[in-house]
Amino acid sequence: MKRVDTPGLETQAVKAKARQGFFIGLPSIVYLIIFFIIPLGYVIAYSFATRSRSGRTELRDWNVDAYVRLGEDVVQAVAWRSLWIAALTTVICLLLAYPLAFYISTRRPIIRNLLLIGIMIPFWSNFLIRTYAWRVLLSSDGLFTRIVEELGLGDGRILFTKPAVILGLVYGYLPFMVLPLYASIERIDWSLVEGARDLYASGWKAFRRVVWPLSRPGVVAGSILVFVPSFGAYVTPAILGGNKESLMGSYIVDQFMDARNGPLGSSLSVLVLGVMLIGTMIYFRQGGRNL
Amino acid sequence: MNDSSSAVELKNVVKKFDEVTAVDDLDLTIGDGEFFSLLGPSGCGKTTTLRMIAGLELPTAGSVSIHGEEMGLKPPNKRPVNTVFQNYALFPHMTVAGNVEFGLQMQKVPKEKRSELIDWAISLVEMDGLSHRKPTQLSGGQQQRVALARALVNRPEVLLLDEPLGALDLKLRQQMQIELKNLQREVGITFVYVTHDQEEAVTMSDRIGVMHEGKLLQIGTPEDIYERPTTRFVADFIGRSNFLDATIASENEVVLSNGDRLQLQSDHETGESVAITVRPERLKIHKKGEGSTDQHQLDGIVETVVYLGNAIVYSVSIDWMHLEVRSPETSSSRYSTGDEVTVSFDPRYVSVVSG
Repeated sequence: MKRVDTPGLETQAVKAKARQGFFIGLPSIVYLIIFFIIPLGYVIAYSFATRSRSGRTELRDWNVDAYVRLGEDVVQAVAWRSLWIAALTTVICLLLAYPLAFYISTRRPIIRNLLLIGIMIPFWSNFLIRTYAWRVLLSSDGLFTRIVEELGLGDGRILFTKPAVILGLVYGYLPFMVLPLYASIERIDWSLVEGARDLYASGWKAFRRVVWPLSRPGVVAGSILVFVPSFGAYVTPAILGGNKESLMGSYIVDQFMDARNGPLGSSLSVLVLGVMLIGTMIYFRQGGRNL
Repeated sequence: MNDSSSAVELKNVVKKFDEVTAVDDLDLTIGDGEFFSLLGPSGCGKTTTLRMIAGLELPTAGSVSIHGEEMGLKPPNKRPVNTVFQNYALFPHMTVAGNVEFGLQMQKVPKEKRSELIDWAISLVEMDGLSHRKPTQLSGGQQQRVALARALVNRPEVLLLDEPLGALDLKLRQQMQIELKNLQREVGITFVYVTHDQEEAVTMSDRIGVMHEGKLLQIGTPEDIYERPTTRFVADFIGRSNFLDATIASENEVVLSNGDRLQLQSDHETGESVAITVRPERLKIHKKGEGSTDQHQLDGIVETVVYLGNAIVYSVSIDWMHLEVRSPETSSSRYSTGDEVTVSFDPRYVSVVSG
């Protein structure tokens, strides 16, 4: 029998598929180029640009002065403070969210869905408005302050302090911790826990050796989803933190608006971006290994 | 069987899930070193019974004892038993060796002793060289072996197995049946084996308990269960069987629905409607009116003939029903559809069961 050769047919099919994918993605590609890639290019260019006497950023005499300034004590203090607050927020969110996610994922489906909706309800109103609501609650005759004082827990006036900022961040980002945790705990096969118990593990040991490692992808995802925006947060520190201790977000805004130092604002932005990028990379690497 | 040699003892065990009774007043004693199977269709309560022995479920009423010790509310980790789960429940984030080591670590077995035991268990199930693989990198049969090694490495007093071969293909399953049986003899541990596969139970078990709708219907050796079923369900579930409606005429006589009288011992009450059951291979088929020495004969016509390679199965229509007759392929005479034949049987191979 004569062999029928079909040279190149397969390659053609693969190319056609790729073209098709490109056209489907085109609208969002254009959108991202205009509103993301180009502005990002500006930020990076600005960070190497020169600041004129009048405070204008001029795209000439490229230099790394703005990056050198990242080493200054003031900048370092802001960066470490932001890092510390973001880390603390992440840990508190994790401690609060893990038991909650565990509880939700072990309920009956109907209860589970109701609780999940409950977690998502806050998203129905604007983040800014919700943060302002905390300002009311935390004000000197606000509900929070009064409850703390009624209970004799000391001075409840925490508005415009670090605790208020952390409280606001935890409040705002808790759902981003709960949801990925829920997703990974819910997927765990409970017969594995029974297997561990059968192999002489106590309830706690079964959790430590089986449930916790298997929920790790959720822990990593949730931590990054909370840490990254907390590090660059602007709204919450601005509304609840006052202006005593500035964080990265507001410090960057200050550079652009008040100090009129575009290059420094940009290099700070690149720094934040770098931290976020590292976080995201950790997320994907962990995800790839565990899923 | 006396108490001192019993590995597992269940007394009046009841398990209810909300309003559903999964296990209904179960009494069972399993001897030390025995290979005991709980056999029944899905939903009969066999897995629930196993889980109550393991401590993964607590009985609603009744008691579970292991080697004479009342288990009460003891959690699974405090019971001297290990389980091979139906889906194996291997820890996906641990290697084969890690899975096998888990139970030893939990029992705080010293490190040197642990690696010795791990090597023993892994070579027992012939998985040498694969101990650094993750469960997802193993075939179903290999995962099954790891699950077995993971349980056996702890040298439990009783090993519970929940349909461990269910996910394997037929060839591998048959091979594993023999291996499991040999393994049990080698390690001398009591096996409690749950299955819905009657052939599997018959192949491996010293004794079988047949369950149906939460009740234990009959306990006995595979031969007892097969040759002398006491209920219609057991006769029907284990192998194939013919059921002829009958009435008890006296202590040692039953009347078939065509009026034929059979001399059969039974402890049913006179006048009770029963069925007599006889296996297809225990029926003999002859040309009508020829050569049978059996006392009991029924005339009929061959309706269908099925060739099975090693046997021929005839469906013979007698007055009021069909009989399935299985005749060895080597038998000298063959019959075809429409032939008038006589079917005969020896009363030794007939059981009386409730109608």
